[in-house]
Amino acid sequence: MKILIDEGKCVGAGACVLAAADVFDQRDEDGIVVLLDAVPPHELLPQVKDAAARCPALAIEVVE
Amino acid sequence: MTKAQPAKSRTTTSRTTTSQTAKARPTGTQPTVRSCPFDPPEEYRTLREQEPVAPMTFPDGAAGWLVTRYDDVRTVLSDPRFSAKRGVLRPGGPEGDDAPAPPPGLFIMMDAPEHTRFRRLLTGQFTVRRMRQLTPVVEKIVAEQLDAMAAAEGPVDLVQAFALPVPSLVICELLGVPYADREEFQRNSATIVRLNSGPEEFRQAQQAMRGYLHQLVLAKRENPTDDILGELVRSGELTDEELTGVGVLLLIAGHETTANMIALSTMCLLQNPGQLAALRADPSLMDGAVEELLRYLTIVQFGVRRTALEDVELHGRQIKEGSTVVASLASGNRDAAHLADHPERLDVERPHSPHLAFGHGIHQCLGQQLARAEMKAALSALLDRFPTLRLALPVEEVPMRDDMLVYGVHELPVTW
Ligand code: SF4
Repeated sequence: MKILIDEGKCVGAGACVLAAADVFDQRDEDGIVVLLDAVPPHELLPQVKDAAARCPALAIEVVE
Repeated sequence: MTKAQPAKSRTTTSRTTTSQTAKARPTGTQPTVRSCPFDPPEEYRTLREQEPVAPMTFPDGAAGWLVTRYDDVRTVLSDPRFSAKRGVLRPGGPEGDDAPAPPPGLFIMMDAPEHTRFRRLLTGQFTVRRMRQLTPVVEKIVAEQLDAMAAAEGPVDLVQAFALPVPSLVICELLGVPYADREEFQRNSATIVRLNSGPEEFRQAQQAMRGYLHQLVLAKRENPTDDILGELVRSGELTDEELTGVGVLLLIAGHETTANMIALSTMCLLQNPGQLAALRADPSLMDGAVEELLRYLTIVQFGVRRTALEDVELHGRQIKEGSTVVASLASGNRDAAHLADHPERLDVERPHSPHLAFGHGIHQCLGQQLARAEMKAALSALLDRFPTLRLALPVEEVPMRDDMLVYGVHELPVTW
């Protein structure tokens, strides 16, 4: 699994952090998503997919 | 701030009026009749099943569309072919250059990239981490309000004693607005979100709010502070007019919504003793319960408006450029196609409760992590502190906010 992020789209809603805190974080200054792990272990796939589905700005893409 | 106009505004809050409007409601307007205080109007179910993109007529006679399914609500709110600058392209209303421009700083009525500039300046203040750091402050405020409430004999109005002061104190603290001025801005804020306030009353409240925030911005220019408004002033990115608009928006959004979620959630739990008992027995359920309450109660009762920037086809319907679409968050959250396991049921133990209560797309609620933190702290402490909490009047007599943009209760007399 690989995660692609479009920072330009992110609106800092933090939905991804709630869904998968091991993979996503937010920058302190502007709340923009930070990828903690671009190639997370497979067990996290459901959480990561959930994060991508919840992201209101469609900023997260998951390539399986 | 421009007021969203639901198809049918009620002039009183009594239930009898609700059933009368049932007969009077012309076809093609937005459903308003609730059969249960915690459920969106019944009619949404039929619309979801039979007419997911339903033609509707606005109070001013303009034609538009009502979208009721979960997936379609998400589409309308995240597709850039739909604009948040409602009114600008409104058929029947002043169009194009004649449409009144939204007041400066009102970024909920902007599209990207204009919107992006404001959102970016603010998102850092509302991250998940920031809100976690704020939790002790919120908990302290909650505890103080509950102390004061416990000292009273009861019955007390939970709205005035608890549900309103908590978010109001928190947002004042965060923004750097003196809480001592609350009487005035809470009153103006209520007038702005009330559906039946007259145009003059509305204009005056709006002006008073702007005047107040403008003075505050000027004061912060003179004497810099390190709250959100103070930091925005210091950043030098926004004009005084824009800062005033942002301040008004955050101040209203910061207490109207959360206050109603706290009061309505409490009432809803008191009416669902099994759910309440489960939550009391296992406080670790609270995170999930808050999501479920947000989904189940969705207080943005008249949906979110968008304007089509080009012709869009949705479920075979041709949405013409310039027409207005209302996306019903409350209806989407009860969509069985989205949530198979009895979406009409409140289940605080639901393993997964994704919802649209904070909207979707680039305008999704900026303060959602704050709202979550406040709801968790408030509901946990309230249930803990008052094990025998109950309504002090029959449930049918609780005055519901059918007449406000944000649903909830006007008053919630409780005793213990
Ligand atoms: S959920 Fe999307 S918009 Fe929100 S912080 Fe994460 S990436 Fe950004």
